[in-house]
Amino acid sequence: MNPVNYLYLAALLFTIGASGVLIRRNAIVLFMCVELMLNASNLALVTFSRLHGNLDGQILAFFTMVVAAAEVVVGLAIIVSIFRTRHSASVDDSNLMKL
Amino acid sequence: MSYLLSATCAVPAAGAVLTAALPAGTGEARRRTTKAVALAVSAATLGLAIAVAAAFEPDGPRYQLTESYSWIRSFGISFSLGADGIGTVLALLTAVLVPLVMLAGWHDADPAAPEGSFESKRRTQGFFALILAVEAMVLVSFLATDVFVFYVFFEAMLIPMYFLIGGFGDRAGGPDSARQRSYAAVKFLLYNLLGGLVMLAAVIGLYVVAGDQGQATFSLPALTDAISSGKLVIDPTVQRALFLGFFFAFAVKAPLWPLHTWLPNAMGESTAGTAVLITAVVDKVGTFAMLRFCLGLFPDASKTFAPAILVLSLIGIVYGALVAIGQKDIKRLVAYASISHFGFIIMGIFAMTSQGQSGATLYMVNHGISTAAWMLVAGFLISRRGSRLIADYGGVQKVAPVLAGTFLIGGLATLSLPGLAPFVSEFLVLVGTFTRYPVIGIIATFGIVLAALYALMLYQRTMTGPVKESVTGMPDLKARELAVVAPLVALTLLLGVYPQSLTRIVNPAVNDTLSQVHRIDPAPAHPVAATNGGEQK
Amino acid sequence: MNSLIPLLVAAPLAGAALLLLGGRALDRFGHWIATALAALSFAFGLALFADMLGRDAEHRAVVERLYTWIPVDGFQADISFQLDQLSIVFVLLITGVGSLIHLYSVGYMAHDERRRRFFGYLNLFLAAMLILVLADNYLLLYVGWEGVGLASYLLIGFWQHKPSAATAAKKAFIVNRVGDMGLSVAIMLMFAEFGSFAFGPVFGAAGDASQGKLTAIALMLLLAACGKSAQVPLQSWLGDAMEGPTPVSALIHAATMVTAGVYLITRSAAIFNLAPDAQTAVVVVGAVTLVFGAIVGCAKDDIKKALAGSTMSQIGYMIMAAGLGPIGYAFAIMHLVTHGFFKAGLFLGAGSVMHGMNDEVNMRHYGGLRKYMPVTFWTFLLGTGALIGFPLLSGFWSKDKIIDAAFAKGGAEGWILGLCALTGAVITAFYMTRVVLLTFFGEKRWQPDGDGNLPHPHESPKTMTIPMIVLAFGSVFAGGLFTLGSSFLNFLEPVTGHQEGHPPFNSYVVSVIATVCMLAGVGLAYVMYGRGPVPVKAPVGSLLTRAARRDLLQDDFNHAVLVRPGSALAATLVWFDSKGLDGFVNGLAAAIGGLSGRLRRIQTGYVRTYALSMFGGTLVLVASTLLMRSV
Repeated sequence: MNPVNYLYLAALLFTIGASGVLIRRNAIVLFMCVELMLNASNLALVTFSRLHGNLDGQILAFFTMVVAAAEVVVGLAIIVSIFRTRHSASVDDSNLMKL
Repeated sequence: MSYLLSATCAVPAAGAVLTAALPAGTGEARRRTTKAVALAVSAATLGLAIAVAAAFEPDGPRYQLTESYSWIRSFGISFSLGADGIGTVLALLTAVLVPLVMLAGWHDADPAAPEGSFESKRRTQGFFALILAVEAMVLVSFLATDVFVFYVFFEAMLIPMYFLIGGFGDRAGGPDSARQRSYAAVKFLLYNLLGGLVMLAAVIGLYVVAGDQGQATFSLPALTDAISSGKLVIDPTVQRALFLGFFFAFAVKAPLWPLHTWLPNAMGESTAGTAVLITAVVDKVGTFAMLRFCLGLFPDASKTFAPAILVLSLIGIVYGALVAIGQKDIKRLVAYASISHFGFIIMGIFAMTSQGQSGATLYMVNHGISTAAWMLVAGFLISRRGSRLIADYGGVQKVAPVLAGTFLIGGLATLSLPGLAPFVSEFLVLVGTFTRYPVIGIIATFGIVLAALYALMLYQRTMTGPVKESVTGMPDLKARELAVVAPLVALTLLLGVYPQSLTRIVNPAVNDTLSQVHRIDPAPAHPVAATNGGEQK
Repeated sequence: MNSLIPLLVAAPLAGAALLLLGGRALDRFGHWIATALAALSFAFGLALFADMLGRDAEHRAVVERLYTWIPVDGFQADISFQLDQLSIVFVLLITGVGSLIHLYSVGYMAHDERRRRFFGYLNLFLAAMLILVLADNYLLLYVGWEGVGLASYLLIGFWQHKPSAATAAKKAFIVNRVGDMGLSVAIMLMFAEFGSFAFGPVFGAAGDASQGKLTAIALMLLLAACGKSAQVPLQSWLGDAMEGPTPVSALIHAATMVTAGVYLITRSAAIFNLAPDAQTAVVVVGAVTLVFGAIVGCAKDDIKKALAGSTMSQIGYMIMAAGLGPIGYAFAIMHLVTHGFFKAGLFLGAGSVMHGMNDEVNMRHYGGLRKYMPVTFWTFLLGTGALIGFPLLSGFWSKDKIIDAAFAKGGAEGWILGLCALTGAVITAFYMTRVVLLTFFGEKRWQPDGDGNLPHPHESPKTMTIPMIVLAFGSVFAGGLFTLGSSFLNFLEPVTGHQEGHPPFNSYVVSVIATVCMLAGVGLAYVMYGRGPVPVKAPVGSLLTRAARRDLLQDDFNHAVLVRPGSALAATLVWFDSKGLDGFVNGLAAAIGGLSGRLRRIQTGYVRTYALSMFGGTLVLVASTLLMRSV
């Protein structure tokens, strides 16, 4: 199968994730969309790695996964604590810092 | 390499950290420990500063007791210190004033809020630590021989000053005094930050220009040597721009008319001690830096701009005095008087004669001492009645004669009465200006009449006349307050009749500065044979 | 012997320091310490005088250099004293009259709770005045010059609880400051011209300087003299200065400090002699003031202010004489000394009267006091005689010489000056006779004081009468003694120089004319005040009288021309500073604040808005990169 198809898939997934971030308000969903975008780029990276015949892309994908995991930990913790205090997971409700 | 200078700067810095770290507490005993520690540190600093002055040899090289520690090697920045005549006397002035300021403000930081509340917990520690921090930074500024190091500390002292002004008022303001105070603090900070920012650009510009000609260093002696030996030639246009960058920062700090409007607010809203720190210590860094950096680094540009600066300083002299006459607030009056005096200092520097510059340097010291005396006594007065308005006082002389007497001496020193220290410096500045710019010199003498007006009007309105009801029963100066004023009065008298102790140290540095700008004094038209008048008949 | 010179100054200075810092412990006997130190200084002065007389005229001037005061490159000021014939005259006058007035004050101030401080100030004054006359350079002279100004300020305002006293003190200091400005400009001019401001070098080199520079220096010195000596146009402070205790008026505002201007001009003779234009200005100032002061003296009902007008007028005589050049210097100083005796005596007499009359100063409330205060009356009468130039008394000798010299100036100028001086003599005789008649003769017009007590006039204590008697002796004999064999003239000549004047007529004729003038003045006063009852309330009077009561509108003039515009200017600048300069700064701050407030709206706080702008930004970035590459 032509590896370029994987790139189309990655682009599709990234677009879905990006529009999710722009449209949705629920923090959890937003979070999943961000994950979707990250994984889309991972897919693209691995594909490029295959296309170019070296391992750079795969290494970068590993990095991304590690960072994403760390981000999930911190992000979920924040969301949970906000949900606990404000009983809402909507990102629009957290506007205390806004003047 | 001696460690005297670094010790002089390090002791108050360490003292600031120590004072801040003392156990927090609201009890009277805890507070007293804090104050005692801070006072001891400042006394030790004074001892070190005296040691520096004693070790300084007037006939030796320009910079003595030099020390240098590598800091940012790739940019040629090193933490180097060195004492010259001008820096030494100003460091001494700082070290003398800080303990007195602390003693004068002994109760200024006692918690106003109820005991135990959050606000009061670390107030005393904070106040005294901040004063020591300012002292350390000012000392480094006076002793630094590296342009970058000077810049860093010149800017850094804004931070403790900001908190001193904004955090500790004199409790004599109106109902919105907290708002006024924060306005004053922010104004102080913004003004000086703006000046510092312009200076930073000029500092970097200087480094780039010098680097282009193989002189990539921030070392002041190296730069001035390169300039005076012709190894470093700065294009006139660039030189003027760099000069203005430096000068702007110093003119804000000094402050020179019309960049002065932060000073009355800052001095009016803060405690009397802080006001003295501002006008007698921190502002002196500005005038000091004009003398050392502007003239040393940009001799040609200094000469180009000198007439314009003289006019501004002349305006400052007359304007400051006139506005002082119209003030209703004691502390603001003192602030405007200071603006007038700073006009004299800057005039002396840019007249570029040995009398003018020696006079200006002496003026910095004498103004520091005399204004400290005047302002601190005013502070004692204000703390007794809880008002800064002149109209709230009257007849104090009857109930508190010693307070009134010292206040009068402070006022007389401010109006440059002969026999007191400021006269010597003011006259030197006037003579030094007159020999080169006669018209400016003559107009500046109007300042001495105006000074008499504001000083004596203030005395008359507050101290004489029938005793006002609001001041009856006002206590006279206490022992602590006398201990603050007595040394200042004694110094004013001593430096008035025997200024040699300072001129001996200052003169060589002044002559060196003048040779850097290639200026010689105008010769008298018909010189008498012998300059020593005493031997003549 | 020369080492005594600094001690002359040191004795009263130590007294001042001791009394002002000593605290209440000295309250009981501090005044005696001060008096003793003043007398000690006088004794030093006498010893130095005897020593000086032992030397021949060329070697009489000595210089005692203490140390270098301000050493800066090319600028050297020394603490250095010069005692010559001119200085010693002043030293003896200052310490002599000063000691007497210290003694008088012991009685006069006996009931004042701040007496210790008063004597401290008096000693301070003596020290400053001695520095003034002993300095060997202008800068040190300036120290004494402002030092006496300070002492005068402190003493005029001694009763600070009276607003009028505090205002008068401030006014005196500030008007003097205007004069001091002249002195400092003169010193600056000298330094720029000669590189020095010590007497010897400057006078030696004066001949090299241009006419214009010398005239400028001399005019600035004249300005200084006008301030200190209360000459037109800086005369307005002297009348108000009478707010001070009477001994102060006697010592500072009659006998010594106010004559410092005459000293300055005489001392600077070498400069003035080379600047004829400036000399003309000096003469004009003197002549105008002598008439001005005399007119003011006629209209005042306040005994001290009448005497103050007289002082102004008499100093006008001296200044005029000094302006005449070498024909007048010595006579100016001679009149200064005799004036020191009789005017101090008159003020002490006035003080004695006030002492007995519950501090009443209005002469219309006196009357018939000669029976109650015989000593005061006789000493006052002798002083008056001396002042109006009654034949053979002190003033007769010294004033005649000045009138002589004025005529000797020659030409129309000489006639104008001479007639001015004679007019002054008439008016002087008039107002002094008026003072004597109102105070000591006529019926009693005593008024109850604020508490409703009628005064009980009585002779003053011995401490007060003795100085008055001594000064009366001086008023009677000093002039004759000085004139005898021209002793005073010969003594001063090496310093001031002398040139015999040639009046258009014999000097005996001048004496006769002056005496006739004097008698005319006395007669006129007798006609107006001696024959009928004097109204207790002052009549409205003519336009001139009303103007003279207001000091010939000098205060109104100063107020309208200087004070009002000055305070308006100050108020305007205060407004400009807070609304203009600071307003600009605050406006700038507000503008930036407003702008950032607008910009802040971009930050909506919605995550998706930020995300969208990020995507947009990335898109633009990528697109532009691709575009750049394809081009």
